[in-house]
Amino acid sequence: MPAQVPLSWYLILSAVLFATGAAGFLLRRNIITVFMCIELMLNAVNLSFVTFSHKFGKVDGHIFSFFVMVVAAAEAAVGLAIILTVFKNRATLEVDEISSMKL
Amino acid sequence: MHQLWLIPALPLAGFLVNGLFGRKLPKSAVNAAAIGSVILSFLWVVKTLLALGPLETPYIERYFTWIQSGLVNVGFDLSIDRLTAVMLLIVTGIGGLIHIYAAGYMAHEGGYYRFFAYLNLFMFFMLVLVLAANFLLLFVGWEGVGLCSYLLIGFYFLKKSAGDAGKKAFVVNRIGDFGFSLAMFLIMAGFGSLDFQTVFAKAGAAGNGVAPATITLICLLLLLGAAGKSAQVPLYVWLPDAMEGPTPVSALIHAATMVTAGVYMVSRSAPLFNQSPAALEVVSYVGLITAVMAATIGLTQYDIKKVFAYSTVSQLGYMFLALGSGAYAAGIFHVMTHAFFKALLFLGAGSVIHALEGEQDLRMMGGLRKKIPVTFTVLVCAAVAIAGVPPFSGYHSKDAILLAAHAHHPWMYWVGVATAGMTAFYVFRAIFLCFFGTYRGTAHAHESPLVMTGPLMVLAALSLGGGYIHIPEYLEPIFGAVHGEHDQTLVAISVAAGVAGIAIAWLFYVVSPGLPDGLARIFSGPYKLLYNKYFVDEAYDAAIVHPIRDGSTAVLWKGVDAGFIDGAVNGVGSVARAVGGGLRNLQSGYIRRYAAWVVLGGVVLVAVVGFWGGVK
Repeated sequence: MPAQVPLSWYLILSAVLFATGAAGFLLRRNIITVFMCIELMLNAVNLSFVTFSHKFGKVDGHIFSFFVMVVAAAEAAVGLAIILTVFKNRATLEVDEISSMKL
Repeated sequence: MHQLWLIPALPLAGFLVNGLFGRKLPKSAVNAAAIGSVILSFLWVVKTLLALGPLETPYIERYFTWIQSGLVNVGFDLSIDRLTAVMLLIVTGIGGLIHIYAAGYMAHEGGYYRFFAYLNLFMFFMLVLVLAANFLLLFVGWEGVGLCSYLLIGFYFLKKSAGDAGKKAFVVNRIGDFGFSLAMFLIMAGFGSLDFQTVFAKAGAAGNGVAPATITLICLLLLLGAAGKSAQVPLYVWLPDAMEGPTPVSALIHAATMVTAGVYMVSRSAPLFNQSPAALEVVSYVGLITAVMAATIGLTQYDIKKVFAYSTVSQLGYMFLALGSGAYAAGIFHVMTHAFFKALLFLGAGSVIHALEGEQDLRMMGGLRKKIPVTFTVLVCAAVAIAGVPPFSGYHSKDAILLAAHAHHPWMYWVGVATAGMTAFYVFRAIFLCFFGTYRGTAHAHESPLVMTGPLMVLAALSLGGGYIHIPEYLEPIFGAVHGEHDQTLVAISVAAGVAGIAIAWLFYVVSPGLPDGLARIFSGPYKLLYNKYFVDEAYDAAIVHPIRDGSTAVLWKGVDAGFIDGAVNGVGSVARAVGGGLRNLQSGYIRRYAAWVVLGGVVLVAVVGFWGGVK
């Protein structure tokens, strides 16, 4: 068996991707970018699932990652629709300007 | 079974009919229910007494167990003995006459059905009171008549003074009832029962295991209860104010029947009082002080009903003097004759007031002898009876009391004689001011209808001849033989005092009407003291009413209620509002800020799990 990539590398990559996504979510103001950051976090989690699935030789992680992909696709469809509507109504993509959801 | 329960049940039925449907019924139906039920009750009393015969031992009907709790066993029992028989005849007989009179007197008043409903309810409770075979059932009637008294004093509830008088009567009676309740607790603790027969049998037996001090305390507490109901010093203040009620109520409740409940209760408890000479001594002093005090106040009053109200208080004092001297039978005798002539005085006064369209001030009357001759005649009958002129009823009962007082303490006899003189004076003062001289008012006087004068004539006959009903002899099986010789000198002195009182009244108010005003100017100090009723109401206001009201305002209202209770409730509210105000800042509406909270939460979670291995 050729020299394997160590498990920790996958997990570090997953953590880096997740942190990047979270940071982007918090720091970026463009709603499209924020949306992409969410996808990034979801895929970081997918990577962790697949890694552990491979490590323990079980199929659960694979199945979970498919579920995540399905949800992500659905979420993308709904989210993009919301973004389009917001843009039509407000002519902006700044998240901080969309703050009417408070008491 | 003689169906004793029917006696109170009939007026109760009258109350239910008028109370529930009276508003829709025609006046004739209201009259039929109210007067008919009382008359039927009276007839049932007569029938029962005839069927029971001499009644030398009590006849008791036990219906059901009312309260059963541990050692306490109270039954719904009615009993009838000679004392009860006398009271039953007074209550239903006089009550019936006054009901008939009231149909005429109240004919033009609003709330006609309400008045008769209350009056019937009063009859029910009063009959329960006298028929009760144990202290607790007596207390039910006792409280019930107090309630009806309150309702009827405040009958003209649109008048503030009437409402105030009702409340005053109720509150003052509470003080007495408090004493009565404590007495019942002590009786229960000492004798283990509230049943008259059981308690009195034990009280009479030697070595009954109850300390003499306890019996004295029981008697003094019972006296406090009696003083509240029967308007004795120091709780008499409610009765003169109670004249705010309609005049038939003053006659029935506040002269003839309810106020004698205290006398009845003390006589009923005679076996207890006989064990405690000290308590009896207190009873006689209370009675004497009340008699003198009320009589002196009565000398100066100008409201015709107030004069008779103080007269009632004074005569009740006489009755307590008799009880305190151990002459229970003489006390009950005076209850009966007093019921006759005082009911007549009040109803006659009501007839005068009715004739003058509501005028009650003696200074606005005068010369009515010719205009309302029937009323004049019956009132003179009542006046000679109360003044103790022989051979009319008051002479017999008052002399029985005065002779008993002489046997008890000779000086009490002399004070009693002086009071008898004052009684004669103030009653005839009212008569002379009302019927002699010239008319000083403006209303057009007219004689009352037969429905009112009829009962007056019956009562006048009873007032004149009632002294020949030999109550003391009739009550011998209960209170023992009448002791002491009939000293003719003492009798003559008391009669002379009464006649002198009448003569002075004649001199003051008919012969030379300027004389009393001159005397009032010369003795202006004592006169003002009497005219203002010894300032007792003012003293009570200053000593009790104002401190309680001010204390309630400053401490209970401003301090406890507004400060503590409201403060706690409002405090909870404002704390919740402040916390909510703080938390509201979290809800900014900025998505990225929500996300920051989520991330922070995640970091904290990871930190807790990672460094400390989870929350323990």
